[in-house]
Amino acid sequence: MSMKSYRQAINEALAQEMRRDPTVVFMGEDNVGGMGAAGEDDPWGGVLGVTKNLVQEFGRERCLDTPISESAFIGAAVGAAATGLRPVAELMFVDFMGVCFDQIFNQAAKFRYMFGGHAVTPVVIRTMYGAGLRAASQHSQCLYPLFTHIPGLKVVMPSSPYEAKGLLTQAIRDDDPVIFFEHKLLYDDKEEVPDDPYTIPFGEANLTREGDDVTIVTLGRMVKFANEVTDKLEGDDIACTVVDLRTTSPLDEDTILESVQETGRLVVVDEANPRCSIATDISALVAEKAFSALKAPIKMVTAPHTPPPFAAELEDLYIPGPAKIEAAVRDVAAFS
Amino acid sequence: MAMTTQAQTTSPPGLQLPREELARAYKMMCDIREFEVHLHDEFAAGNIPGFVHLYAGEEASAVGFMMHLKDVDRIASTHRGHGHCIAKGCDIKGMMKEIFGRADGLCGGKGGSMHIADLDKGMMGANGIVGGGPPLICGAALSAKTLKTDGVAIAFVGDGGSNQGTTLESYNLARVWNLPAVFVVEDNGYAQSTASTWSVGGSQVKRAEGFGMPGRKVDGHDFFDVYDAAEEAITRARNGEGPSLVHVEIYRYYGHFEGDATTYRGPNEAEKVEAEKDCLMMFRRRVSEEGLLDPAQLDEIEQESRRLIDQAVAEAKAAPPPSEKDLLTDVYVSY
Repeated sequence: MSMKSYRQAINEALAQEMRRDPTVVFMGEDNVGGMGAAGEDDPWGGVLGVTKNLVQEFGRERCLDTPISESAFIGAAVGAAATGLRPVAELMFVDFMGVCFDQIFNQAAKFRYMFGGHAVTPVVIRTMYGAGLRAASQHSQCLYPLFTHIPGLKVVMPSSPYEAKGLLTQAIRDDDPVIFFEHKLLYDDKEEVPDDPYTIPFGEANLTREGDDVTIVTLGRMVKFANEVTDKLEGDDIACTVVDLRTTSPLDEDTILESVQETGRLVVVDEANPRCSIATDISALVAEKAFSALKAPIKMVTAPHTPPPFAAELEDLYIPGPAKIEAAVRDVAAFS
Repeated sequence: MAMTTQAQTTSPPGLQLPREELARAYKMMCDIREFEVHLHDEFAAGNIPGFVHLYAGEEASAVGFMMHLKDVDRIASTHRGHGHCIAKGCDIKGMMKEIFGRADGLCGGKGGSMHIADLDKGMMGANGIVGGGPPLICGAALSAKTLKTDGVAIAFVGDGGSNQGTTLESYNLARVWNLPAVFVVEDNGYAQSTASTWSVGGSQVKRAEGFGMPGRKVDGHDFFDVYDAAEEAITRARNGEGPSLVHVEIYRYYGHFEGDATTYRGPNEAEKVEAEKDCLMMFRRRVSEEGLLDPAQLDEIEQESRRLIDQAVAEAKAAPPPSEKDLLTDVYVSY
């Protein structure tokens, strides 16, 4: 056990799985970097250094740099997965799904069903998401609801370094296509992470806080905000349960419903845009299956129905931050 | 072996095949033709659900390539995939049942004509997305290279698919990764109703050259021309010399899909091609002239194919559909 960043935790999971299984390879734009160039041999490790220092151990044959050709290399990862490798492909920013989505949702997601259960496609697509880096509309979206919508895909949303290592290890060992969402503002967060490999199963939500008054269902970076708000409200005698979904597909319906049965009050915090989102999905689930337990209307805290803006003042308003979460929890708790 | 006979130095390699191999090639071509002609009739009779795209007229292309392949080699196909499936060794009765939407079809009735696959045979699927296959083939070729299976991977695309970005990106990726891949552009003259003479800018062969790989154009009606180009491209890939492209000029007898009235064609266009350049006819003529297979043997092969496909249709009609529980299975390995 030692302190590791989210970035290091992901790197370590990848390294340990590559050591364990020779069919694991990774690929992406500048994942090593410097291909064909005269300078250093491992200059980048991806744009934010997540795959740094792996090429020395595993070589260029398993650490593959690609041209800027998402359709071709995401598709190649899918095709390689269907033919004996376990590729971990990096779609640098999830916003780039527009130039390769066919290979994910029409090919990878559907092979098993279309081919009558005969295909196994163990591909992992790692991708960065989320607002907060002033990266504006085409580098800051969430988009995980779009992937969650597709049968055949699994969607993973690690909220901390510990979660990232265990969930990525599970993703690589998993036999289905997995989309692994890394929040770009979590990379430098640190916590105690075991040195040995471990897995966190999919479809089992994690309670990061437990309280009787309000249930906060959330995911990804928002778990951190929900925890902060919960800790603050403890002083005001509002006790919250925070449900970190960990995966949006599969979705742990039982844990959500059990918690709402106990508290009767629900706030859903989702960084994505609100229409057809995880927030609306969870709200519908609870309205349908736990309506009689509700003591207050459900509250959703999400980004507005706008693209992510550039200016700092606007982006700060766009993100469903702690102040908005706190206000929603107070509203729901006070409702009678 | 061929090189020892000086008179045969210009003889195409396909003509040097043993007779049983030539008979096997003709049988596959006849199986495909019968399969498609039967489907045309069954569709017209209202017995086939969904969309069906037939390969009749193009048989020499699929067979000319697949004669060189083993199960370890992978292919990805197009909307028009029945011919590739049959030539790659997919079970014909299972295919017919699949197209009829039956429970024991090759994909349990969940794929249908546009998604028939048999991964054990190296057939990675017909594809409902134009240009869907080439990236997957880069992946299959990467697997072959990384796992050192000695396999090659072939992407078939149509003239329509040749204009998709996925295809052009795959040319580049295959080249820069030096993959054991072959890209086959089956140019049957039309992408739906749009002529390839209009829709394709430049030349297929020069496109290949532009990406730094060899390209070659062949007459797809001539099995021996296809076989020769296929051998060159596949050998090159298998030897680790990288990808290449073959532009197969071919023609489809039926419409883009069954039900297409083909009014975009010139008068008697298809009939003329069939009368002058039908690939089965040309094969028959060539092997007869060369004294390699005799007419009685060729007739017998044709009858055998007809019997097989008659039987496949009868069995598919009698087979039960999937049951309600099948709706929810096979989405994930575990969930």
